[in-house]
Amino acid sequence: MHTDTHTGLDSPKGIWWKPAHKSERTWVGIAFAWCMVLFAMMPLWHWKGGQNPSGIRSRTTPAAYGARVGEFIKQYQTGTDRGWPVVTPPPGADVYLAAVSFNWYPILRLQKDVQYTLHLSSLDVNHGFSLYPINVNFQVVPGYDYGLRVSPNTSGDFRIICNEFCGIGHHNMVGRVIVDDAPVAAAVSGGTR
Amino acid sequence: MTAAVGDSEFARAGAGAGFRTCPATGRHIHLGAERLIKVHAVASVVSLLVGAIAAVLLVLTRWQAVHLLPADWFYRILGVHGMSMLIFFIIFFEMAVLLFASTVLLNARNSAPKTSWAAFGLMLAGALMVEAMMWSGRADVLFTSYVPLRADPNFYLGVIFFAVGALVTVGVFFANLVVAKRERTYEGSVPLVVYGALTAAIIAVITLVHGAAIYIPTYLWSLGLMEVDPQIYRMIWWGLGHSSQQINVAAMVAIWYMLGALTIGSVVLNEKISRSAFVLYILFISMASAHHLLVDPGMGPAWKVVNTSYFMYMAVLASMIHGFTVPAGMELGMRLRGFTNGMFDWLRRAPWGDPGFSSLVFSLVVFGFVGGITGVTIGTEQINIIVHNTLRVPGHFHATVVSGTAMAFMGATYYLIPLIFQKKVAFWKGAVIQPYLFAGGMLVFTLSMTFAGSFGVPRRHWDITFSGAQFDVQFNPIVDLILAVVALGGLTAATGAFLFVAIAVKSVFFGEPLGAIVKGTAMAGVPRGLTHPPVHAPDVDARNAALHRAAPGVMGPAPGTIVLVFVFLAAFIVYFFVNWKILSFLWRIG
Repeated sequence: MHTDTHTGLDSPKGIWWKPAHKSERTWVGIAFAWCMVLFAMMPLWHWKGGQNPSGIRSRTTPAAYGARVGEFIKQYQTGTDRGWPVVTPPPGADVYLAAVSFNWYPILRLQKDVQYTLHLSSLDVNHGFSLYPINVNFQVVPGYDYGLRVSPNTSGDFRIICNEFCGIGHHNMVGRVIVDDAPVAAAVSGGTR
Repeated sequence: MTAAVGDSEFARAGAGAGFRTCPATGRHIHLGAERLIKVHAVASVVSLLVGAIAAVLLVLTRWQAVHLLPADWFYRILGVHGMSMLIFFIIFFEMAVLLFASTVLLNARNSAPKTSWAAFGLMLAGALMVEAMMWSGRADVLFTSYVPLRADPNFYLGVIFFAVGALVTVGVFFANLVVAKRERTYEGSVPLVVYGALTAAIIAVITLVHGAAIYIPTYLWSLGLMEVDPQIYRMIWWGLGHSSQQINVAAMVAIWYMLGALTIGSVVLNEKISRSAFVLYILFISMASAHHLLVDPGMGPAWKVVNTSYFMYMAVLASMIHGFTVPAGMELGMRLRGFTNGMFDWLRRAPWGDPGFSSLVFSLVVFGFVGGITGVTIGTEQINIIVHNTLRVPGHFHATVVSGTAMAFMGATYYLIPLIFQKKVAFWKGAVIQPYLFAGGMLVFTLSMTFAGSFGVPRRHWDITFSGAQFDVQFNPIVDLILAVVALGGLTAATGAFLFVAIAVKSVFFGEPLGAIVKGTAMAGVPRGLTHPPVHAPDVDARNAALHRAAPGVMGPAPGTIVLVFVFLAAFIVYFFVNWKILSFLWRIG
């Protein structure tokens, strides 16, 4: 029996390019309009919004990046915490953070409401930068320098969790970022504990 | 031409030799194709069993109060779970779907049996190699195997074998379509379900070519023969990793149309709209590799915005179209068969005891409301900053791949068992409740996982108490409770999965032969769509015209569905903008 009304298991006979009912056309139109809104939000946020993953992106090598981090620590180190250097860069500085299985290196001491360029790269495998507890996440890829302009709007004692699997010790990879309300004297030790 | 001529066509084309006639549907089923469908389905279910056992071990480890596995075994089993489920279970089943669509649904033969068996052998060998490498601890690189984490070369070789085998089967699918057309086993255009399978097959080619493009260099890298850039790896690997999920989407949507037709006589509202939506998938969906690279250093904002949005959300448009046409087709199918009262009488009086039907509804609803809305939202460039690598990501994709695709495949299996294996569905009462158990568990699992992720709880993490770390991290205590709920949902869903495996294995290997179906008499072990086929009356065209005439406005002949899709749209809008609001509170980053 051949009917025009058929299921998805039947071959449509003849020409099936036919106009759709108004209800269907209306939904397609509304869905299309919503898709345009979804799309427009991204360029709009680049223009007006404060959180974008653009950054200053460049190639590097693990050796070159490791050397740059070492230089950064030498320049601005203000103390140690459990043997790890605590670094207090001046406002506006380029800040270099290295991920290496299973550490974040060095400990950073920043100031609230000041902009820094935070560079992220890995000295070995992929890592995941996850700022606890405010939940900001970036991928850290060896050979790539991700320079993000960040302005902390909250002070406190933050942690960096690794959230990209990097080996069996992955879950122990935690770093530290301290954000102060006001500038601290360079001589003060970075550790609060 | 009428269908009667078509029937005589089959007879001339040799429907006798090597074919059987299905007593339930009257289709001519090629026995060689049927054997292939069976072995792929069995391999798929075995993979599901391995993956489900792994799932139980994983949820019992992330439930901090139990914390079952040691760290190395947690990551190892996580890799096993990913490969067994996302690659082996899903792709073996999809190969069965492709063979089914290109032979059974077209009354056609499998055109290259020897090649098909060789391809199956290659897939099986590849899968066994990968499993052996992972279980023996020689490939602790998880599902994604991001370079420069290194696994045994045989792990990569196993993946290559599997992908090549699948690619060959996809080639056989295309050959089958050509041969069926030439041998005139069907008239007119291929049915919509076959068109959906064709979409899946084309996306599979794109996907598997990406797989070859990344795994062959990685194999050579593991042998020390070349370098592989970690960022390029991530981009091309996700051309495999995410696009393979789009094979699932296309195959799942095809199965939605099929289950709708089998269980309640769903009709196709408009072939043009539904087929155009499938074409949108082919054109745009493979750009989704970008969803994983939104907070990566290797790509700029323009690349990210264009790619993550599938060039202005054209693939999302496709899904929103299917999200309307599938339920509207179901509603119209019911209304055409007399369930015309009110807005939702058609839904209330649908066969909720038919596991094929309940699977279809749960797959559609959870895929759309949870998987779809979360997926588009977290795949937005900036919103990804608060999502990347947190538990929100697995929360999303378990709603798409598990509650959506796996649920639809399970629903299809309840019809494949009688139609292809010619057995009754074993443990019938269990089969009736299985979709409720599985979908309910997955719903709790995905929602609670998404909630935990919004606290920044990382995915792929053995110990969020950070007991061995040098700096303390103390998540909000409510996170422990949420992770316990995740475990509860996960264990419920796993119970549903085990029940499904038990039903499938018992039916296929030790099941009762189907015997004769008496139309109109309910039988334990036979879905209602076969005992009470939802056939339309001979005057269905007139009824259809009357329904359309009676509702010329925007509510149309399927008003219940219009209400449902606007509820969906409202949920989508709220969720999307709430996420932007949360993002706006963060540190300024740019």
